[in-house]
Amino acid sequence: MDADVLLLARAQFGLNIGFHILFPSLTIGLAWILLYFRIRYARSGDPAWLATYKLWTKVFALSFAMGVVSGITMSFQFGTNWPGFMQKVGNIAGPLLAYEVLTAFFLEATFLGVMLFGMNRVPGWMHIVSAAMVALGTTLSAFWILALNSWMHTPAGQVMDAGQIIAGDWMRVIFNPSFSFRFTHMMLASGLTAAFVIAGLSAWRLLRASEDVSARGTLRTGLVLAAVLAPLQMFVGDLHGLNTLEHQPAKIAAIEALWETQKGAPLVLFAVPDDDRRRNDFAIEIPKGASLILKHDGDAEVKGIDAFAPDAPPVAPVFFAFRVMVGLGTLMLVLGWGGTWMTRGGALPPRWLLWTLAGSTFAGWIATLAGWIVTEIGRQPWLVTGVLKTAEAAGGASGAQLGASLTGYIITYAVMLIAYFVVLTHLAGKGTAA
Amino acid sequence: MNLDLPLIFAALMGLAILLYVVLDGYDLGVGMLMPAADAREQELMVASIGPFWDANETWLVLGVGILLVAFPVAHGIVLGALYLPVAAMLIGLMLRGVAFEFRVKAEGWHRGLWNWLFWFGSFLASFAQGLMLGRYVTGFHPGFGYYLFAMLVGASLCGGYVLLGATWLILKTEGALQKKALAWARWGLLWVALGVALVSLATPVVSQTVQAKWFDFPRTLALMLLPLATLVAGWRVWASTGRLKRGEREFDWMPFAAAVAIFALAFAGLAYSLFPYVVMDRMTIWEAAAHPSALKFVLAGVAIVVPFLIAYTAFAYRVFRGKARAGLYE
Repeated sequence: MDADVLLLARAQFGLNIGFHILFPSLTIGLAWILLYFRIRYARSGDPAWLATYKLWTKVFALSFAMGVVSGITMSFQFGTNWPGFMQKVGNIAGPLLAYEVLTAFFLEATFLGVMLFGMNRVPGWMHIVSAAMVALGTTLSAFWILALNSWMHTPAGQVMDAGQIIAGDWMRVIFNPSFSFRFTHMMLASGLTAAFVIAGLSAWRLLRASEDVSARGTLRTGLVLAAVLAPLQMFVGDLHGLNTLEHQPAKIAAIEALWETQKGAPLVLFAVPDDDRRRNDFAIEIPKGASLILKHDGDAEVKGIDAFAPDAPPVAPVFFAFRVMVGLGTLMLVLGWGGTWMTRGGALPPRWLLWTLAGSTFAGWIATLAGWIVTEIGRQPWLVTGVLKTAEAAGGASGAQLGASLTGYIITYAVMLIAYFVVLTHLAGKGTAA
Repeated sequence: MNLDLPLIFAALMGLAILLYVVLDGYDLGVGMLMPAADAREQELMVASIGPFWDANETWLVLGVGILLVAFPVAHGIVLGALYLPVAAMLIGLMLRGVAFEFRVKAEGWHRGLWNWLFWFGSFLASFAQGLMLGRYVTGFHPGFGYYLFAMLVGASLCGGYVLLGATWLILKTEGALQKKALAWARWGLLWVALGVALVSLATPVVSQTVQAKWFDFPRTLALMLLPLATLVAGWRVWASTGRLKRGEREFDWMPFAAAVAIFALAFAGLAYSLFPYVVMDRMTIWEAAAHPSALKFVLAGVAIVVPFLIAYTAFAYRVFRGKARAGLYE
């Protein structure tokens, strides 16, 4: 297969999955927050909670639709772009995807109709059940897709039967070594994404109308949620990293920009990794730092890229994306704690904080995308670690076909994303007053 | 117990695709009819499909999902061969899916743009699906005649979806809009009749396999029940819309039911033409089938989940029964 065509196929799939991941990562968290708003309304009967619920339902419905349509695209691109993937590991990937459709997609899609349009048609408890089913559906969806994704990173439970890879033990396939870390990490990422979208859009509203009580309430909800989830995420992220060191050490070498295996490996804080010459320029290092963090022993040996070449990932994108993710995680922690402190007792935070929060509305998205780049580029050249390489899975689509459809997707996604931002700022600007 | 798993999965896939075509067919049809209505009517039309479209499209994901699970090799071949129409369909489905949300929230010329995109997306997705079907039944043969045939199927499927959409509106609306829908349904029926007739005649010509299966006396006589039943269903649409137009006694669900019958019958005919191929003339369902371990695992899930799925789908349709009301998105 032509290297350029493979690159186009990867670019197209990367674009689609990168576009898609934005919306589920928001709606999974938002679905549970909506359920919370809905229950608060049911318990208090306060119309302000109802207005809050309705406003955020609009944001949810819009984001959910974006996720659904880009998700349908994904289900087709497995076949159109990566036929080799299905031929080789279809007996494992197929059933996991089928379970996602069966247990999650129908559940969330059907109850979404009742949740969005059925408030006056069903009893209150039934409406709450519908909202809960939608939240459950989004979470189940993440469960299955992350089971598959984790299996691709850390395959387990498969056996060979007459030249085919099949599942020998489905429990081991699903609960593979990295699954619990990845699933928890993604769930927390979704919660943080939703928390910052809520806090950011509420701050945007308060900048225009500081008297809006409902926006003050949701700002507080978002900040408190962020304050709780951000430290949890750091803890889980660290565990996830140690799990990766055990199962995908090449990814860790790329994250640390460690070219050569060495004892007492330094922690590279910043550098410009050069993949061609295999070295770091402008490096700022802490001596023995990497050995200390990864092995809890300053003189321990840490494997570098040289231990895995040529089956090693490109270093620069993984290295930079990791630092973006961690940097944003730290920012979220500071904003969550600081914001929670400054809004205690229902106080209106100063305008500079509101501006900062409004500017951080999509911090969760950027961190999620960065994390996704770390983990997915970090496993290259493997598509399924040790089993199937990305280049072996590509299909027969020509460069012209890929180019034409890629152009179509880019235009469509650009239109959708611009419209999404316009509507979101518009909705947030009006608040519950609309 | 020895189950013929590939056969079971072929039947499940067929069922999912038929359900998709009928269910998303009516909401795509309503989308294509939008330009024929005024602004107030358009709100009612969207309200009639708003609670359902998302779940309807999930059947497509299930259909392609079963293709992927049960016949992974065929999944790659089929979707690879249909690369561009699939991309066109996906872009169409994306545009109309988000247009549901955007058109309500947009103002001024933006609203007009999203209305247009809603129509265009519905049309593009419908036409591309017909194109895919036309390419699929002829085994992806290259050649001008085959492409022309695929375009013909594309146009026919648009007609079919318009018929489903119009009859759905007859069921879900009343008054002036229902009157309009009655007229649309009759036009749609003529379009479908022409399309089905042309496709039925052309399919044996473009495909030897199909010809051999249908023109094999005395089996042909028994098979003639299918076109006859389709004629009866078509007549039911024509007669029932006529009675409703004249204000005579008739169930408002009758035209929709008869239109669904047309689709089910046409689908049965197609299934008969194709069986046992999953890639026409190249690969049977048994040759393409995934490993039994994968199929058994999924079948267990299907057996457990589908009763719940049917129950809550029935629940949702019950919640939104009766005539559509405007202001759904308020």
